[in-house]
Amino acid sequence: MREGQPFFRVDWIVDNLDVLARRLGEHVLVTVIAVVVGFVLSFALALLVRRFPRLYGPILGISGVLYAIPSIALFVLLIPITGLSLLTAEIALVSYTLVILVRNIVTGLRSIPPEVIEAAAGMGYTGGQRLWRVELPLALPIIVAGLRIATVTTIGLVTIATLIGRGGLGYLIVNIGINQRFPTATLVGVGLVVALSAVVDWGLLVGQRRLTPWYETRVG
Amino acid sequence: MDFLGEVLAWYAAPERWSGRDSLPALLGGHLALTIASLAVALAIALPVGLYIGHTGRAAQLVVAVSNIGRAVPSLGWLGIVYPITTGLFARSGHGFLPGLIALVALAIPPVVTNTYAGLREVDADLQEAGRGMGMTEMQLLRRVEVPAALPVILAGVRSAAVAVVATAPLMSIVGADTLGDYILAGLALGDQVEVFAAAVLVAALALLTELGLGALQRRSVSPGIAGAERGFGEPAEGAPAQPAWPG
Repeated sequence: MREGQPFFRVDWIVDNLDVLARRLGEHVLVTVIAVVVGFVLSFALALLVRRFPRLYGPILGISGVLYAIPSIALFVLLIPITGLSLLTAEIALVSYTLVILVRNIVTGLRSIPPEVIEAAAGMGYTGGQRLWRVELPLALPIIVAGLRIATVTTIGLVTIATLIGRGGLGYLIVNIGINQRFPTATLVGVGLVVALSAVVDWGLLVGQRRLTPWYETRVG
Repeated sequence: MDFLGEVLAWYAAPERWSGRDSLPALLGGHLALTIASLAVALAIALPVGLYIGHTGRAAQLVVAVSNIGRAVPSLGWLGIVYPITTGLFARSGHGFLPGLIALVALAIPPVVTNTYAGLREVDADLQEAGRGMGMTEMQLLRRVEVPAALPVILAGVRSAAVAVVATAPLMSIVGADTLGDYILAGLALGDQVEVFAAAVLVAALALLTELGLGALQRRSVSPGIAGAERGFGEPAEGAPAQPAWPG
């Protein structure tokens, strides 16, 4: 901390609302791209597993290894190929969502009781109709549970992408807060990260409950 | 020289093998920080997890710890701790100490959560059998609950260890000596070779930790329940799945 300066300066926040908004916006954008791309990719992989169950082991294995690579390493390992770009950050972030999302989508699809599948087949549903109208709606709570974990994890990981210049709120925490010895920026950055995680987590949960009114809503 | 050739040359360069910024020195610092953080985290998290898991009291604390752990990023802990340690200790407030505290904060949640979950999953019949044999609560915990829950507890320790090994490089931001020094210096100087070579080492270290502790975790299944993946209360292999229907 710089000498003779209060630990927390509200005036700095007021003076820098535009900076905070821009960093928050960047954070949201980087997160949304990662989660959307990760979800589409995971969904495709899960459908592949639905058709060819034997692929589940290898797909989980590979995404598990990606997940075990430290983020600081994965963010920089691609620099020789893709440079200090948004693409570099997104490739790393998407890789981390795969293991969570694939596992939950597959588990969700597999959790459906065989009687339900049989009933759908008996009503003349084709494989595709069964997937969209029966299996996915029933699997939604488990899928959304995975989506919540993946999103909150991604929001945290984006802060580390500040090392390659794409960190959103991580810029406040590290580049201003730590490097310039200005704790106010760190606390604001951490506060916004936590608030963003909480809001998104809650929003996804509420959305899932609206979409699946037939499930009993248990408290707690 | 091609890129990978330059990376190999970086590893082989003489300055990598002697001096304060040598590979052995920074790897040593990295491991020291990792092991110290993990030891402190275990000393805090294991007793708490065992107490809450055994008694079932204050279970909300587990939920709170795990939520906070998920929401606050590692750099957030570092950023919060750093001004405090530098404010308290002029010299030792940099480097190792803030790094240690941030990594401890990172490592506690998975250990508490898994220790609690592992103990809660222990079959109630086992606990009753233990009590029926006249075990004290402490004996029950040490001889029944912990052995039965050990694989789950060690899974938490493994998650924590991998997270600490993987996150330790970030502690170089506040001056801790870790392999992250190379990555930060390389990024600052635009030296892609150095960044890449160091990142490979960091990744390898994390994967080794993951595999090594994974093997330990698999070997930790108590012989009394080894092979009991079917779960307690379910028929043993070879036994009829259900009693034959009369008639």
